[in-house]
Amino acid sequence: MPRALKILFFSLIVRPIVLVVLGLNIRDRHKLPVTGPAIIIANHNSHLDAMVLMSLYPLSMIHKVRPVAAADYFLANRIKAWFSLNVIGIIPLSRQGGVNRDEMFAACHAALDKGDILILFPEGTRGEPEQAVKPKKGLYYLVKDRTDTAIIPVVIHGLGRALPRGEALLVPFNCDVVVGDPLPPVASSDALIAVLTETYARLSQHCLTRTTLK
Amino acid sequence: MLSHLPEYTQIAMLAVIGVLVIATVIQFLLSVKNPEKDYRELRLRVTSWWWMIGLLFIFLAISTNAAIVFFGFISFLAFKEFLSIVPTRQADRRVVFWAYVAIPLQYYWVATGWYGMFIIFIPVYMFLFIPMRMVLKGETDGFIKAAGILNWALMLTVFSVSHIAYLLVLPEKNALAGGIGLVLYLLFMTQFNDVSQYVWGKMLGKHKIIPRVSPNKTWEGFLGGLFTITLVAGFVAPLLTPLTRIEGFIAGVIISASGFIGDVVISSVKRDLRIKDSGQLIPGHGGILDRMDSLLYTAPLFFHYLYYLHY
Repeated sequence: MPRALKILFFSLIVRPIVLVVLGLNIRDRHKLPVTGPAIIIANHNSHLDAMVLMSLYPLSMIHKVRPVAAADYFLANRIKAWFSLNVIGIIPLSRQGGVNRDEMFAACHAALDKGDILILFPEGTRGEPEQAVKPKKGLYYLVKDRTDTAIIPVVIHGLGRALPRGEALLVPFNCDVVVGDPLPPVASSDALIAVLTETYARLSQHCLTRTTLK
Repeated sequence: MLSHLPEYTQIAMLAVIGVLVIATVIQFLLSVKNPEKDYRELRLRVTSWWWMIGLLFIFLAISTNAAIVFFGFISFLAFKEFLSIVPTRQADRRVVFWAYVAIPLQYYWVATGWYGMFIIFIPVYMFLFIPMRMVLKGETDGFIKAAGILNWALMLTVFSVSHIAYLLVLPEKNALAGGIGLVLYLLFMTQFNDVSQYVWGKMLGKHKIIPRVSPNKTWEGFLGGLFTITLVAGFVAPLLTPLTRIEGFIAGVIISASGFIGDVVISSVKRDLRIKDSGQLIPGHGGILDRMDSLLYTAPLFFHYLYYLHY
């Protein structure tokens, strides 16, 4: 049942919006992982980020693609929680401290063990429109013992203009999706953040859309 | 499907499909003859031409209103693409939304044949409305640039393009071709001009016109294209338009010269932004602006030349 809902939602609502109202400039689409376990790590500026990334997958496998999302936000009320868990298929993650890391990532590990593809936003928040925030360290603790999982960096640009945080009105804009090569293994969380920052800067150069006045 | 269309319009459409068939055969023979060469780009280009011309013909054949909606949708795609590659201010999101609303309105004026409104709505009302709506937001940093960009985008991608659609609602002056004949004439002279300037430039090109903007544009290509289009436009004009042969020659000069200008104006925009293509909408061609660049100039100039002489 949730799988059918997800397919309906994506084929009837998300895909038409992404194709017609938005419009994508995709670079190196073939680098997106087609089999799990894998983690797509993307910069985050809009609710549309996860929708756009998921819409790049065929409907036959869309149930395998699952965004990791903040529990405090997406489970805040019953309607939102039902929609997030059943239609989108999010993996809720606690943003509050105090929980130990194994417990915090248990659902992520379970999904990866099933061969799912996770979408993760290491910045942890959408932040100000089209401005990058320093990635958080959590990602490192999720992947450090997982040698089976490919980590694919993706840069998205332009969605913070189409639907930024705190706005309900969607304004049509094209957006860029630039897919990178899998990240190399790293020895520490600082090293991961350094590699990630460098990779995002490099991939951003391929964006066609511009959002700031020179 | 085409049998209800005027006679010369049908012939023109069949001729275009014939040209496409020939292009497809040539592309196929080339890739069979030189299997070691990569013709992917050429194949994509030809396939995209089939899509573009197929969609255009289908909407033209359905009805005038269907074709007007089709051109309105093209304006939407072009406007969106333009605003995506140029910088816009976050503060102007709602202004941009209102600018989008201008698109269905402009094409509504076209569909109802309200010429007076069609011709002033964007240059007068939207021109004055956009800065006013921006003022309400109160953000003054970058105000001048932002207002300029929005108005320029509307003029190029909505006002200019809507002239193609208005050709369809002009009173019929050539019963054998109708409004569709005018649209086909404008579109094919414009695209054929792009091709012939390119071919002449490839064959004879030496003296660059504006190397800083477009290093491949040469005087030889420009003049060769001008010569070719002037001749072709003159001989085709009496068939597809109310223009006489002499008037058709002049229409050819206007289309060829202004098509070149449209091309280099959009090239300058892309140079300024340091991008090669404006998008990826049309495989093998780039974005919709890359394909429409010449048309942004030829459409209003051809329209008003025709309008002055015959309406």
